[in-house]
Amino acid sequence: MIEPIIRTVDLHKSFGDIDVLHGISVDIAAGEVVSIIGPSGSGKSTFLRCLNRLEEPTGGSILFKGEDITKKKNIAAYRQRIGMVFQNFNVFPHMTVIDNITLTPILEKKIPRAEAEAKAEALLARVGLLDKRNEYPRKLSGGQKQRLAIVRALAMEPEVMLFDEPTSALDPEMVKEVLNVIADLASSGMTIVNVTHEMGFAREVSDRILFIDEGIVQEEGSPDEFFTSPRCARTIEFLSKVL
Amino acid sequence: MEKLIKILIRYYPVFLHGLWGTLWLAAATVLLGTVLGLVVAILRMSRIKAFNTIAGIYIEILRGTPILLQLYFFWLMLPKIMPFKMTDTGAILVALIINASAYISEIIRAGIAAVDPGQWEAARSLGLSEKNVMRRIILPQAVKNILPALCNEFIAEVKGTSLASVFFVRELTTAYKTVQSTTFLAVQPLLISGMIYLIVTTVLSWAVRRLERRLKASD
Repeated sequence: MIEPIIRTVDLHKSFGDIDVLHGISVDIAAGEVVSIIGPSGSGKSTFLRCLNRLEEPTGGSILFKGEDITKKKNIAAYRQRIGMVFQNFNVFPHMTVIDNITLTPILEKKIPRAEAEAKAEALLARVGLLDKRNEYPRKLSGGQKQRLAIVRALAMEPEVMLFDEPTSALDPEMVKEVLNVIADLASSGMTIVNVTHEMGFAREVSDRILFIDEGIVQEEGSPDEFFTSPRCARTIEFLSKVL
Repeated sequence: MEKLIKILIRYYPVFLHGLWGTLWLAAATVLLGTVLGLVVAILRMSRIKAFNTIAGIYIEILRGTPILLQLYFFWLMLPKIMPFKMTDTGAILVALIINASAYISEIIRAGIAAVDPGQWEAARSLGLSEKNVMRRIILPQAVKNILPALCNEFIAEVKGTSLASVFFVRELTTAYKTVQSTTFLAVQPLLISGMIYLIVTTVLSWAVRRLERRLKASD
């Protein structure tokens, strides 16, 4: 079997006395698109944030291409290979669109500015934001900010993209423009781990669905079997509420 | 009133000289206090426990004892321990800077804490080094929170430096003392010094409010 790009082994996370993750073991293959769904407070976002150690797991391990990154001192080097997109965009408000994108490639990968900007422009064109090149983020709509955030992560040429409810903070009319970008990325072969509430989208683009509740993976499967014939009682209950 | 005008005409260079001293002292205190305060703030926020503790104690001592007492302390101690000749003005300036650094470090810390935590996360998720996260993402945004508070600190120092008159450092309250001792008039020069302080602080406060409005508008 090909080595998974990300493997978690019995991952635990607690905040003080509160246990959020109770041992999650998941393999994510290169090129796979995995959507994680589950009720609020189920631990799905915490799980995602453990993958690049924005949250430090309290037990278990995370392997990135076979290397345990749980104890690595220089986590920044791994984070450069794992892109992340947040619910609240978190674009840098004090920088223009182009600087948002080129900052990290120039500083951390020592890419010459001209080259970084040419690449950023190509990415901006791909998501329809090239005309915003020199704007500050405050001039952008929510959907545009999120597309910028995606492009900013892509500029580092990551091997995996993590999406943490990327459309939850968007006005309804802007959801589609962001989902289209993610779908486009999925079909280009990018490995994606996507925490989402968009069931229709998850079903459409994913290779696999993970249902997380109470800090464990309750059920996983292909989108079709997951949505049409869920086995676990919790899944059935959850789907009956959201579909 | 007549005496007041006479003193003003006769001694205005002394007061202007004093005002210049006050502004210079306050500016040097805030500028160098900010440099030192930034170091203290970084130590205070360090994940290394020892740095954290040392910075905490430093801040506690300086904020928990009277500034006049600190001025006496440095005025007595600095000339003794320094290899070169330390003037009174030099010793007092150092004392003012050290005192201000404690307050300013807390201003900086609060300004950094007010930056959206999502900015840290986004910057780290890209793989920026901790140094670049701070320098490129957090500090530039924190400056907006810090700058008005620093300007207010400057206004506070304009008044606070009057304590330096105890050591006859050239500034506005010392100017009052000088004029008072040559004219044997107490109230009039006091009023003149007071008026100058009031004018300067009022103008500065107005400027800070304008700055605050402009910073807000750019959000």
